[in-house]
Amino acid sequence: MNYAFDFGWLADYWPVLLKGLGITVELTLVGGVLGVALGIACAWARALGPAWLRPVVAIYVELIRNTPFLIQLFFIFFGLPALGLRMSELQAANLAMVINLGAYGCEIIRAGIQATPKGQFEAGASLGMSRIQTFRHVVLIPALQRIWPALSSQIVIVMLGSAAVSQIAAEDLTFAANFIQSRTFRAFETYFAATLIYLALAILLRQLLRGLGWTIFPRRGAAR
Amino acid sequence: MSDFTTWDILRNLLLAARWTVLLSLVSFVGGGLVGAALLFLCIGRSRAGQAFVKAYVELFQGTPLLMQLFLAFFGLGLFGIDVPAWLAAGVALILWTAAFLSEIWRGCVESIAKGQWEASSSLGMGYIQQMRHVILPQALRIAVPPTVGFSVQVVKGTALTSIIGFVELSKAGTMVTNATFEPFTVYGFVALIYFCLCWPLSRSSQILERKLNVAHRNH
Repeated sequence: MNYAFDFGWLADYWPVLLKGLGITVELTLVGGVLGVALGIACAWARALGPAWLRPVVAIYVELIRNTPFLIQLFFIFFGLPALGLRMSELQAANLAMVINLGAYGCEIIRAGIQATPKGQFEAGASLGMSRIQTFRHVVLIPALQRIWPALSSQIVIVMLGSAAVSQIAAEDLTFAANFIQSRTFRAFETYFAATLIYLALAILLRQLLRGLGWTIFPRRGAAR
Repeated sequence: MSDFTTWDILRNLLLAARWTVLLSLVSFVGGGLVGAALLFLCIGRSRAGQAFVKAYVELFQGTPLLMQLFLAFFGLGLFGIDVPAWLAAGVALILWTAAFLSEIWRGCVESIAKGQWEASSSLGMGYIQQMRHVILPQALRIAVPPTVGFSVQVVKGTALTSIIGFVELSKAGTMVTNATFEPFTVYGFVALIYFCLCWPLSRSSQILERKLNVAHRNH
């Protein structure tokens, strides 16, 4: 192997990488927040919702969980305009990430809801709360707390999966790397640098989500 | 411009789906072998081995599969090999699968109650014997449902290999779209074919989980 590694391009192109990183972070933030919200709504619908809604959500969840993210992305960006639904690359990327995380989040959160002891629902009802109120005030937070680690790793997986949005020309970190390597012909070094950034981002995101878990959920025993 | 019937589209996609199936099988079997090697390193007694597996898993689970594919594609090229897309795709997917499978299996081995280790060791068994006769047979039962479940991720992971130019189902979808200008139909079919590949695996994983229900039997 006589190949001289050269990271000299970094000096010129780091703003491009930074801009791509910004888009990836933005996608993750929007996708994460809206995706978890969608996941909560779907989990409620599947576990406690009206009978007609349950199979609808089940079909959505199974469809998304059994097809690749890339194809969902292509279908939304290239396929939906045939129905007159046209959107920008970033909107399509965001929508795909929300729909994707929503389906996985639904299953994870549903597991948390179903692990709720029956007495909790009865206690809520005996206080005169409606079913929605019981869900909102009694069931949801402990359920989220139970499955927070699993949900966190799913959010990280979705962040890493967002590398695929470069394929519809959404200008994320991977898109930036593609751009740089097409200019510098330093493909290995460019993707190596991008990979390291993703790794750092994944580690950081995991820590952030853990910290978030500590702040939004009451510690066990501390509430008393 | 020639016209394409729906059957033309579907037929071409199904032909390409063979490569998705083949690549999935190769990645899963290869990943299983490498994953097993990593597992033994990890539950073995060597500190260096454990540290290596930990770093390996962190690296492959903490970076996008797409980046791993790019690095395999361009990285292997650095050694002066002319890298065909299928080789880079196979190598990257095998290494990626191995990281996840070794982590899943490690969890299964560690979930075996400590008393089992103590009981077998009190019978005078050595480490290899304990593994062979006591721990692995039990861990294997627990490992089946999540392993089958992960195979779905492998099938979906192969879609990304289209980006480095391996012609499988997703790439065929793009190519057929470019010829027919019917993205809605084509990507709809592509999604449907992936669904038909993945859903039976997902279902059997769920059924196995319920049937073996090993998680609750040990305690």
